Amino acid sequence: MNLEVTIRRFNPEIDDAAHDELYHIDAEPMERVLDVLNRLKWESDGTLTYRKSCAHGVCGSDAMLINGENRLACVTLVKDLKSTKIKIEPMPGSPVIKDLVVDQSAFWRKYEAVMPYLVNNDPPPETERYQSADDQFLIEESTKCILCGACTQSCPSSWGDDEYLGPAALLKAYRFIFDSRDQAGADRLNIIDNNKGLWKCYTIFNCVQACPKEIDVTKHISALKRKVVSERY
Amino acid sequence: MARFNHDIVIVGAGLAGLRAAVEAADQCDVAVISKLHPLRSHSGAAQGGICAALGNEEEDYPLWHAFDTVKGSDYLGDQDAIEVMCNDAPRAIQEMEHYGVPFSRTKDGKIAQRPFGGHTRNYGEAAVRRACYAADRTGHVCLHTLYEQCIKRKVRFYSEFQMLDICETDGVVCGIVAYEIRTGDIHIFNSKAVMFATGGYGRAYKTTSNAHANTGDGLAIALRHHIPLEDMEFVQFHPTGLYRLGILVTEGARGEGGVLRNASGDRFMERYAPTVKDLAPRDMISRFMYQEISEGRGAGPKKDYINLDLTHLSLKQIESKLPEISTFAKIYLGVDPSKNPIPVQPTCHYAMGGVPTNVDGRVVIDEKNTVMPGFWAAGEVACVSVHGANRLGTNSLLDLVVFGRRAGKDMVQFVKETKGKMPIQSDADKYVKEKLSAVLARNTGEPVGKIREELQQTMMDNVSVFRTEETLSRACLEIKKLRERAKNTVVNDKGKEFNTDLLDALELDHMIDYSQTLIESAYNRKESRGAHAREDFKTRDDQNWLKHSLCWMDESGHTQIGYKEVNMKLSQENAKFVPKERKY
Repeated sequence: MNLEVTIRRFNPEIDDAAHDELYHIDAEPMERVLDVLNRLKWESDGTLTYRKSCAHGVCGSDAMLINGENRLACVTLVKDLKSTKIKIEPMPGSPVIKDLVVDQSAFWRKYEAVMPYLVNNDPPPETERYQSADDQFLIEESTKCILCGACTQSCPSSWGDDEYLGPAALLKAYRFIFDSRDQAGADRLNIIDNNKGLWKCYTIFNCVQACPKEIDVTKHISALKRKVVSERY
Repeated sequence: MARFNHDIVIVGAGLAGLRAAVEAADQCDVAVISKLHPLRSHSGAAQGGICAALGNEEEDYPLWHAFDTVKGSDYLGDQDAIEVMCNDAPRAIQEMEHYGVPFSRTKDGKIAQRPFGGHTRNYGEAAVRRACYAADRTGHVCLHTLYEQCIKRKVRFYSEFQMLDICETDGVVCGIVAYEIRTGDIHIFNSKAVMFATGGYGRAYKTTSNAHANTGDGLAIALRHHIPLEDMEFVQFHPTGLYRLGILVTEGARGEGGVLRNASGDRFMERYAPTVKDLAPRDMISRFMYQEISEGRGAGPKKDYINLDLTHLSLKQIESKLPEISTFAKIYLGVDPSKNPIPVQPTCHYAMGGVPTNVDGRVVIDEKNTVMPGFWAAGEVACVSVHGANRLGTNSLLDLVVFGRRAGKDMVQFVKETKGKMPIQSDADKYVKEKLSAVLARNTGEPVGKIREELQQTMMDNVSVFRTEETLSRACLEIKKLRERAKNTVVNDKGKEFNTDLLDALELDHMIDYSQTLIESAYNRKESRGAHAREDFKTRDDQNWLKHSLCWMDESGHTQIGYKEVNMKLSQENAKFVPKERKY
């Protein structure tokens, strides 16, 4: 099938503002949008710039706005778009470095802000720390997160408030607060129990729709809200 | 240009690099350089497990694990290194759990374990449950956990910096030259210790499970500094890549009970490996799959794939133990594995060879294992060698955390014992600057993508699962032509900021360098062992070839081959370890 691919371009060394460029290319329905971008770059326009690595949805490099939704280019097939017109833009809500590459430094700062590591100050046992299968199940969905940024950068609350931690960071907080082996839950709750954290989430569900790993992010944020309400107020 | 100073510079932020960083962070000033954000590293794509003889599910011992690893390596693995790894494995996995890895659990809360290819109980009696896992995203959770531990320890990361050279002063490695992708600036890092954890090189092949980033940069840079590459002829093809795409489907799918079937539904591995069947090692299964296909029993309209059948597993088992690969099959092939078998074919997966090191991760540069001061390597870029001629599934993640830690410890010791840093020579970045200028200055020539595609096709056609003198001679000629053509690549993007077009050109040069050592080492080895299957020399020849290959390359691309003894420590202590024919 012949595709009309419109790509939002911005070269910081040349352009004052971003502009759209139209490409025509033949593609198979089962091809990934990333394959289409690769062929455009390798065969016709080497200046086209985007991040990529694993190409099958586990590394999180190639989140971008595809036909109006944040998606990974490597898990979106041409046929999924149900159109011969594809519009590809950088994810909204972050400064653009070049073409489809966005500056995610604020995203990573927020991730680091929630103490994203297991804290357990007891001396480690001779064996593993035991954890019941039920306790493991409680955090399993949250551990699937690949930190691609598709959720946070589709969240209107995040767009509207640069200081809001956003869904990805809150999900990471959940992953440790609900880990039966962790001891720093109270510290993390202090970090997120405010209007730049949990209470900035208005359950809009954009994050759930955007997540390429099908994580119900809002469910996890709601569980944190319930925990805070039941334990603190 | 900036000058950065650290005690230790680690290049690569997969499991080996991060594990080393965790080890050294509290005692030294550590920097980790990575061409990607660390969490984009390809360790995160590992699926099925990380093994240790924990005995959580059934009786198991490190010595059984060592036996399987030695036999799996087709006796080319160094037995001192294998002993170190298998003995350290239970501690290493428990430590990963203490760091926070969310392993799947047994009913009583221990780390769950499942069978994997080539791992057996009591020296080959039957498959054993040795692979610790977190569903089929084990690499992902291990990568995230180690990155988290680095954040906790405030490790300094330089993300999206591409290392382009190492700095060497009077034979001592004392830093690196790196290209900052965002700005296009060239920086020099001066350190007492440099560690390569730059990963594998599967992108030299057309069909691969490897990420776009796996272009073997560290290997080519080591070669340029007159360091040989060891056992490059041994490249693992994983039996179950998604048809035509090469995306990995974990061996854990067979560990959970999945079976391989040919066009007529015959479970052919019962014929080839009667004891462990579909859990035979990867080199053997890949060969038998091709044998089925070449004898006309392949599935599909072109009779060119094999079916991986999971339809007899319960939906719950697929959803809880194999959710990722189930999603991949649905997305990329439109196949629901609970209802229909998954079309698979072997895919280039793992490099057994690499930069030679000793068990402390120190790079060694000749037949006598002479250490190159200031230089360490671990992980897929390195060759310790624990995998020999064929790696067993789940031994790679183990290799990363065991030898990443050992390299970290050894570097700390070295930093403490070494007073000052060696100075960087004034022309240390000359090579890189001239190279970048030359690539950017060319306005006519061939596109990088075209040459890379031909390289990938050449490697696939001539140097994959089966090799002959004829295919390897052809590849030798082709690679020399590609090398000449690559001198005249042209890039469209002439800018400084985020110039991925330029990076593609630099990576292509790296790919050509190590691919040539791979081809020449394969041409030279006139026997079949592990993943190196010569149709013109079908059997293993211990009398002449129980030895490691070393391949050097000079500036003009000429190679020279040497050999190194295999360490046979365990076979001298225990008759079970003496080489014999591999049967499963």
